[in-house]
Amino acid sequence: MGEPRILAFLCKWCAYAGADLAGTTRKRYDPNLISIRVTCSGRVDPTFVLKALEEGYDGVLIAGCHPGTCHYISGNYKAARRFALLRRMLKQMDIPDQRVRLEWISASESDKFVTVVNEMVENLRKLETVAPQLK
Amino acid sequence: MKRVGVFVCHCGLNIAGTVRVSEVVDQASKTPDVVIAADHRYLCSEPGQTLIKDSIKQHRLDAIVVAACSPAMHEVTFRNTARAAGLNRHQCEMANIREQCSWVHDDIEKATEKAHVILRQIIEKVKLNEPLDPIIVPVTRRALVIGGGVAGIRSALDIAGSGYQVYLVEKTGSIGGRMAQLSETFPTLDCSICILGPLMVEAFRNPNIKIPRLSEVEDVKGYVGNFKVRVRQEPVYVDETKCNMCAECAKVCPAEVPNEFDSELTWRKAVYIPFAQAVPPVYVLDAKSCLGLLPQACGECKKACDELGMSCINLDAHPEIHELEVGAIISATGYELFDATRLTEYGYGIFPDVMTSLEFERMLSASGPTSGTIRRPSDGRIPKEVVFIQCAGQREPETALAYCSKICCMYTARHAMLFHHKVPDGQAYIFYMDIRAGGKGYEEFVKRCQEEGGLLYLRGRVAKVYEEKGKLVVKGIDTLSGKIVEIHADLVVLALGMIPSRGSRELANILKASVDENGFFAEAHPKLRPLESATAGIFVAGAGQAPKDIPETVAQASGAASKALNLLSSPTLEREPTVARIVNELCSGCGICIPACPFEALSLNRERRVAEVAEAVCEGCGTCIASCPSGALSLRNLTDTQIIAMITAGRH
Repeated sequence: MGEPRILAFLCKWCAYAGADLAGTTRKRYDPNLISIRVTCSGRVDPTFVLKALEEGYDGVLIAGCHPGTCHYISGNYKAARRFALLRRMLKQMDIPDQRVRLEWISASESDKFVTVVNEMVENLRKLETVAPQLK
Repeated sequence: MKRVGVFVCHCGLNIAGTVRVSEVVDQASKTPDVVIAADHRYLCSEPGQTLIKDSIKQHRLDAIVVAACSPAMHEVTFRNTARAAGLNRHQCEMANIREQCSWVHDDIEKATEKAHVILRQIIEKVKLNEPLDPIIVPVTRRALVIGGGVAGIRSALDIAGSGYQVYLVEKTGSIGGRMAQLSETFPTLDCSICILGPLMVEAFRNPNIKIPRLSEVEDVKGYVGNFKVRVRQEPVYVDETKCNMCAECAKVCPAEVPNEFDSELTWRKAVYIPFAQAVPPVYVLDAKSCLGLLPQACGECKKACDELGMSCINLDAHPEIHELEVGAIISATGYELFDATRLTEYGYGIFPDVMTSLEFERMLSASGPTSGTIRRPSDGRIPKEVVFIQCAGQREPETALAYCSKICCMYTARHAMLFHHKVPDGQAYIFYMDIRAGGKGYEEFVKRCQEEGGLLYLRGRVAKVYEEKGKLVVKGIDTLSGKIVEIHADLVVLALGMIPSRGSRELANILKASVDENGFFAEAHPKLRPLESATAGIFVAGAGQAPKDIPETVAQASGAASKALNLLSSPTLEREPTVARIVNELCSGCGICIPACPFEALSLNRERRVAEVAEAVCEGCGTCIASCPSGALSLRNLTDTQIIAMITAGRH
């Protein structure tokens, strides 16, 4: 069993900047995460998440701006709605909730970014031991 | 097939310390379509950029990837480098192997592997990038400055001085801000209003500056160079052009409320002048305190004014909405003090003789509640023993503010010395943690205060303040002697920390600018872009961005103004061309994308039955792309195909 791998879609205005800040302030997190810098969490098509799972990533993180602070006014709200629909779909496919996560992380919340990443890695490790057949 | 060049930066040891660069270069050179892979100690340096330029020409590259720091840091730098070598700017991409790799991991093995994966992703992306030219849009050559404190006034004057129109929006009845409330300023002991007053008048008289007061920004639409701003202006009820400040209205007004300008140490009427030097110099009617406007219940002020034949007061005035079009916005919203009642150990709000620094400031002022005499609020006696508590509610991450407000050491020294000037037989005690007097002439000023004022500095925190026999007992520790100290004081002054003005978080949301963890406006880069917010065209100045003193505030205000002027100086500006695009053949004209756009950039062409993108309006967020059921929409240089290529390339 290898280490869980996570793909993160990070909004360039907040979560990506928050991840950068984690670097600038030399915080530490598990190296299991690869990010894709997107313009907005609203850019994330749910099919990207499915594609990532199909490609063998163990988890997918979508991170955008907090409600009310979207650089494009309402992209994060649209992401939230699409995510709700995606959740239901993933449930039908028996994909556990821990694999896909939507978070609001601002440009100053490097701590939150680190916590979310480490938490996700931890959860996925547990999941691997419980349900390796999904791999 | 594109010919791709890859350049990996060591960034000294910032990257090379954790990532084996040679290995990354080696792996990259084996990637299909990569014709050259090279590394350099500092790619952003002149020799580094020359290496890139030479390689582009020598290897006839179609695209390059720079694996270095975050694109937020140097994307512009390297895109300019690419352009200088004849490549389209959009054929350059950055792989972030510093902020999101070498700086956050310790394990060299894993960090090197991750750097390679990140690089592979970006190589796949850049292969699919298309060359793009900037979109040219016109600029509205006017500016908006929010907040009429010294920062806002300075910015407005600078912009107006260059010949552009400025709206200086102020939420109270007069411009002037906090600086107008101060008695003297450190380190020169200039009378604060005496140096600010002329600037206020200058701004008021400047034909290029319009000052909507009692006004707040309600909504901002548009983008850099082309903002549409909605400002709500509460009615003043007094005609600015007629009022001659005779004060007859205030004399008859029966409603008395605490005077905010005097830190609520005095009373004012419902119709009042904000302060003696207010600009514009006219009375204001405060509708909240008035005994009744609708239905009119009192009307004494109007009667008095009408009897004089002036008829300045119109009680039927309504709020006005101003729709402003501007090209640049400066936010200069300032600060207020931390809520002293939260610091229960000092007993503020329980003991009347425990004051905030701003209340003490008003008392020192010649135009203040006591005309400059120091008196105890409880009984009006002149205090002999005064204790100043520095760092009140500051540098205490657990219970109050984590940060230092930077100015309190200075003003407390000034307060204590001025107290000594006014009460020569009095004694001032100052509890402090450190004396932070970095600034031109600051250290000398503190020394002067200490010597001239006979001040007793006690290094330590105060544990408790309580009342005993008409005195305030201040119990603290002097860490230098290691003794518990008890001072029986007549007056206690709290040097409170600065927090962002109320409503600045909401304003930041309206402006699409972000705030930091303390609620101050966040700058685009703490070192290299301290005057800009992350949103293009929105600039920041003054204590709304971080605690700072007057010289720094004024410097930042002039800086922000010059940034704004930079924008206004050209009739057009270039916008990022990474916007949405529609493939007409695939578009069914269903219109689902149209409400998905927050900027109304999409519309339906009924004749041709396809959706259309207004490229100058499109912000390039890509929210519409994910909504298109037939895949007719795409975001230039961040297409679905590119994202999927990146997903695949990043897989293990």
